[in-house]
Amino acid sequence: MKLNKILRNSLLIVLACFALSACATKKVSTGQMQGDVYTGTDTVEYLASGVPDRVFFATNESVLTTASRETLRKQATWLRKNSNITIVLEGHADERGTREYNLALGERRANAAKDYLMTYGVSSDRISVLSYGKERPVDSGSNPLAWSKNRRSVTVKAN
Amino acid sequence: MKKLKFLLLLFLLFPIKSYSLIEVDITRGNLNPLPIAVSPLSIDEKSNKSFKNLIKNKNIGEEISSIVENNLRTSGLFNPLSKDAFLQAPDIANLKPRFEDWNLIKAQALITGRVSNVDNKLRVEFRLWDVLAGKEMMALAFTTVPTNWRRVGHIISDKVYERLTGEKGYFDTRIIYVAEEGPKTKRVKKLAIMDQDGANNKFLTLGNELVLTPRFNPNSQMVTYLSYFRNLPRVYLLDIETGMQEVVGDFPGMTFAPRFSPDGKKIIMSFAKDGNSDIYTMDLENRIVEKITNHPSIDTSPSYSPDGKFICFNSDRSGYQQIYVMKSDGSNVKRISFGNGIYGTPVWSPRGDLIAFTKLHKGKFYIGVMRIDGSGERLLTENFYQEAPSWSPNGRVLIFYRETKTDEKGEGFSAKLWSIDLTGYNERMVKTPTDGSDPSWSSLLSN
Repeated sequence: MKLNKILRNSLLIVLACFALSACATKKVSTGQMQGDVYTGTDTVEYLASGVPDRVFFATNESVLTTASRETLRKQATWLRKNSNITIVLEGHADERGTREYNLALGERRANAAKDYLMTYGVSSDRISVLSYGKERPVDSGSNPLAWSKNRRSVTVKAN
Repeated sequence: MKKLKFLLLLFLLFPIKSYSLIEVDITRGNLNPLPIAVSPLSIDEKSNKSFKNLIKNKNIGEEISSIVENNLRTSGLFNPLSKDAFLQAPDIANLKPRFEDWNLIKAQALITGRVSNVDNKLRVEFRLWDVLAGKEMMALAFTTVPTNWRRVGHIISDKVYERLTGEKGYFDTRIIYVAEEGPKTKRVKKLAIMDQDGANNKFLTLGNELVLTPRFNPNSQMVTYLSYFRNLPRVYLLDIETGMQEVVGDFPGMTFAPRFSPDGKKIIMSFAKDGNSDIYTMDLENRIVEKITNHPSIDTSPSYSPDGKFICFNSDRSGYQQIYVMKSDGSNVKRISFGNGIYGTPVWSPRGDLIAFTKLHKGKFYIGVMRIDGSGERLLTENFYQEAPSWSPNGRVLIFYRETKTDEKGEGFSAKLWSIDLTGYNERMVKTPTDGSDPSWSSLLSN
């Protein structure tokens, strides 16, 4: 009897978990992209409290979105306050492009971020740029959401 | 590398007759590969024993003939028949085939031969016979160091291929590629080299730094590639005989997408600076750097025509990746790709008449070829992801790499080398010990 009860209870819990996770994944897939630019926070890390380390791009694009510019302004503010810190901007592309073109595209994306940081007062000699093309995805998925997370420029502290 | 100091003595035993009844048509997809019998090369007891001691082969005659058989089969143009059906013993067949017997098992061509030990050297003679006409088509003998036995098999394959198709073979060649291992987000990549048939695989780097896009010098055992050594992505030059490496040029930023000029004296590559990639050359003798393109778009993946007079390359100056051709000084830039979709990785055929490319259209990747003016586009293969074709030295086969789609958990990723005939037939996976990508085909090692 007792065993039965326990089993039934745990079954209920398991079912509840399934229901929750189903809801969660549904939310995830709809709410994290605008056009095909990633807007979620799944892979995002923080340079400091409230200062995200990365910005995302549309397919084949290196244009900064409104959200990206906001992130970069926060980074610039923080970098101006911490003037001893140097950074590397790592540019990345998704896996849906040829390797060599993607190396150039990653470089172009990282430079878009660099230019913006410079216009907000971060000196160019504190910034270096490194393109990884499609060599270092953060999400190994083969779907539009994963690709949107991988099209990114990440600001990494160099010292 | 000892292997390359190949002592090759070629004797013509009999004059090659200028006509033949059997001929293999390589211009169309070959749905009826030529039935060919590859009789094991015969070997006398004493020679076999000595080679067993020297190079630990079980039966070097049989092993050389199975290399030939495998090469001919993978070309897709030949159908090597099962040895079980052979009626005539190898040693007797080599003296005088009983053509009725070979005709009976439907062989149209026959290869026979003999291996012997001459002063601890490997001596191999072989003959190619036209079974229907009852005639010898070719007879050759080689003498070399025993450790070269695999190359003897490849050279025999090349001679047979050339005699029967009228075009040079591509079997005595090597492939340099990037060997890959580990999870998709943290791939470890090493340069690797192997014989065209997958034998003698060897890793050339340790995997400490990311390496990409190795390419052979058409005239020597030099390789150019991209390395992320010390997190500075630069084009390097590697001598695979000595292991010596050096950075190409002194650029204040990423250099990538390298290739040799057809004479092997220049490297052409992209240099990325301030978000813009342009094409440069560097002369390896006098180190002079020249800027070839000057455009605010991405210009990359340059490849010379075999006469060195033109360059095809990839640019997004129209808004998307397309293929362009220009003179080698950078003048007369013309777009040649106008089909639906985007085009990348153009690479000029060693025969000069075609450009192979990667195309992305409606979420699918294609390997294709077009004429050098962009006409006659032909797509050879479609897949989830594939790119970067490299030509066999005779311009008949393309090798490229293909990646798999991962499952919903992001697992199941793999990258493999594949080859396909220019006709679009005979698509094959090229086996490698680890995953592989970015293959580049060498020139013929002999002649």
